[in-house]
Amino acid sequence: MSRPEGLRTRYGEHTRLLRRRVDRLWVALLLVAIAATPAVLDDAWLSVLTFTAIAAIGAIGLNLLTGFTGQVSLGHAFFIGLGAYTAGYLGGDLRLPVLVWLPAAGLVGALVGLAIGPFAVRLKGIYLGIVTLGLVFLGEYAFQNLRVITGGPQGRAIPSPRIGDVDLADLGALLGLDLSREQSFFYFIAPLLLAATLFAKNVARGRTGRAFQAVRDREIAAAVIGVDVARYKVAAFGLSSFYAAASGALLGSYVRHVTPASFDLFVSVQFVAMVIVGGVGTVYGSIFGALFIVLLPRVVEQLSPILPLASESSAGGGLTLAVLNQVIYGLLIVGFLVAEPLGLAGIWARLRLYFRTWPFSY
Amino acid sequence: MTELLQLLTQGIALGAIYGLVALGFVLIYKATEVINFAHGEFLLLGAYTVYAFHAVVGLPFYVAAVLAMLAMAALGWAVERSLLRRMIGRPTFSVAMVTIGLAIVLRQVVAAAAGYDDRVIGDPWGASTVTLAGAQVNVVSLVTVGATAVLFAAFFVFFRRSKYGLAMRATAIDHEAALAVGIPVRQVYALSWMLAAATATVGGVFLAAFPATLSPALGFVAFRAFPAAIVGGLDSPGGAIVGGLLIGVTEMLVQGYQPRFAPWLGNDVHVVASYVLMIAVLVVRPYGLFGTPKVERV
Repeated sequence: MSRPEGLRTRYGEHTRLLRRRVDRLWVALLLVAIAATPAVLDDAWLSVLTFTAIAAIGAIGLNLLTGFTGQVSLGHAFFIGLGAYTAGYLGGDLRLPVLVWLPAAGLVGALVGLAIGPFAVRLKGIYLGIVTLGLVFLGEYAFQNLRVITGGPQGRAIPSPRIGDVDLADLGALLGLDLSREQSFFYFIAPLLLAATLFAKNVARGRTGRAFQAVRDREIAAAVIGVDVARYKVAAFGLSSFYAAASGALLGSYVRHVTPASFDLFVSVQFVAMVIVGGVGTVYGSIFGALFIVLLPRVVEQLSPILPLASESSAGGGLTLAVLNQVIYGLLIVGFLVAEPLGLAGIWARLRLYFRTWPFSY
Repeated sequence: MTELLQLLTQGIALGAIYGLVALGFVLIYKATEVINFAHGEFLLLGAYTVYAFHAVVGLPFYVAAVLAMLAMAALGWAVERSLLRRMIGRPTFSVAMVTIGLAIVLRQVVAAAAGYDDRVIGDPWGASTVTLAGAQVNVVSLVTVGATAVLFAAFFVFFRRSKYGLAMRATAIDHEAALAVGIPVRQVYALSWMLAAATATVGGVFLAAFPATLSPALGFVAFRAFPAAIVGGLDSPGGAIVGGLLIGVTEMLVQGYQPRFAPWLGNDVHVVASYVLMIAVLVVRPYGLFGTPKVERV
């Protein structure tokens, strides 16, 4: 029996991961493209993609919390830092393999997130936002002072992802191939992002995700229909913190050295910007958003020769590259929120609709 | 004893500034339910505008201050008109993020225009001190406390006695009901932003006065003053000053005594002490000490 495209008559069809048969083809093509990427792009662009993948894992986490559950958080940087230092301690000081420190970092983040959760239950909206803002400052203080683990203001080294003698950031040596660190790390991170995306997607389309969205849309109504609001809020915090800490552990491992300043409020703002620019309440939007935010400084840098910039070392002010970058960040956040609240995901959905209904689109 | 007195007076002076900053948050939040993350940048911009009129143009200090307040009020109006008005009815979080974006832009604009050098704002009180009950007090501190008291008294009278004050209170309670009885809610929104921006100018001047200097880092003070607004309750002007003093005194006492009595806590404890206090207060009273709990319906 043939039915018109897009018409769904059952709930299961709506929550299905791949809605159409052609989607399988797209996913297969995407996987091939990912596998081929390191052969095509040079190291500088691979580095952009690796940063994007790491940031996307964190952004998906924040989107689960803020986009799906509606809980404001400016504390993401704290959990990112927590993950990075946990990875450094477990992988560096205790010399544990990546198979241990990566999940452990996530779990430490999740546990701290669960501990913060009860505040989320008690506080509403912007009050919660400011408590999580406080978390960033408390975190910076802790990172500065817990020298045994964090190395204080000078920071500490974070180890490469190793399993036994195998360094996953140097797969070339193992396989006898000529792989650079960037290429190797890309092959390490891409499956992780896929797993993170798939898991988030499954949470979002299942019972938990529906409960999250019910809490976001109207808390009291959700409670009335039997959603345990407190439980799901705390769960969202735990899950989001797991993602953030795992992302932080990977970030640390990739950049090799972190300082407390790597986890300040601006990092939180960047993650929120990823969620907003990408699309609030969408999983794939977070990846768009991460790519956009990571790419932005590179693009500005590429454009810098044709821009009227002051010299980089200018202490007397003027329009430097750093200033311009930040101004563009700010304008983007404001612009997207005011003009395109659905973000890149919204633009994408509209484009798709336009072509699907062509020539009767309006 | 002298040391305690010294710390307390410094704490009160600092608290008065925090109170002024918190008042800026409260003015906007009370009427429009927006928390203005760009308030720190308003302070910064206000202080630099005073500096520009006074030190660069050469106007007398008080004239410069009044002109700067007017200019900042105009900026507040423009921000409300161009950005925040489009965000009415959107989630609190989105609105807050708009102000964060604005903050990033404003801070960079100030830094690009004025540079990172420390400047002396040129206030008439300078570095002079007086001795009060054995404690050395900066004249600026006294002026700060005095000006804060005058401002708060003025706002109290304004909210209680004036037509616009009444309109603002009505809007704060219920936007739609206020509209229904003919209160110009749009004007009230604009007015609250203008008042907050003008107040920020005053706070900025005191912030940049002795012993501090004027530099772009000033904008971060807003983050130190957040706890003040939250502890007092985001919709309570009276709470702002109580919260400000509480936070200011706590910070100073911790800064004064912690290195001696609890050195194992490490550096910069006073910076986070206010956040710890804030979280403690919120656990007991989720809407701050004087904030109004929200009644929610399905």
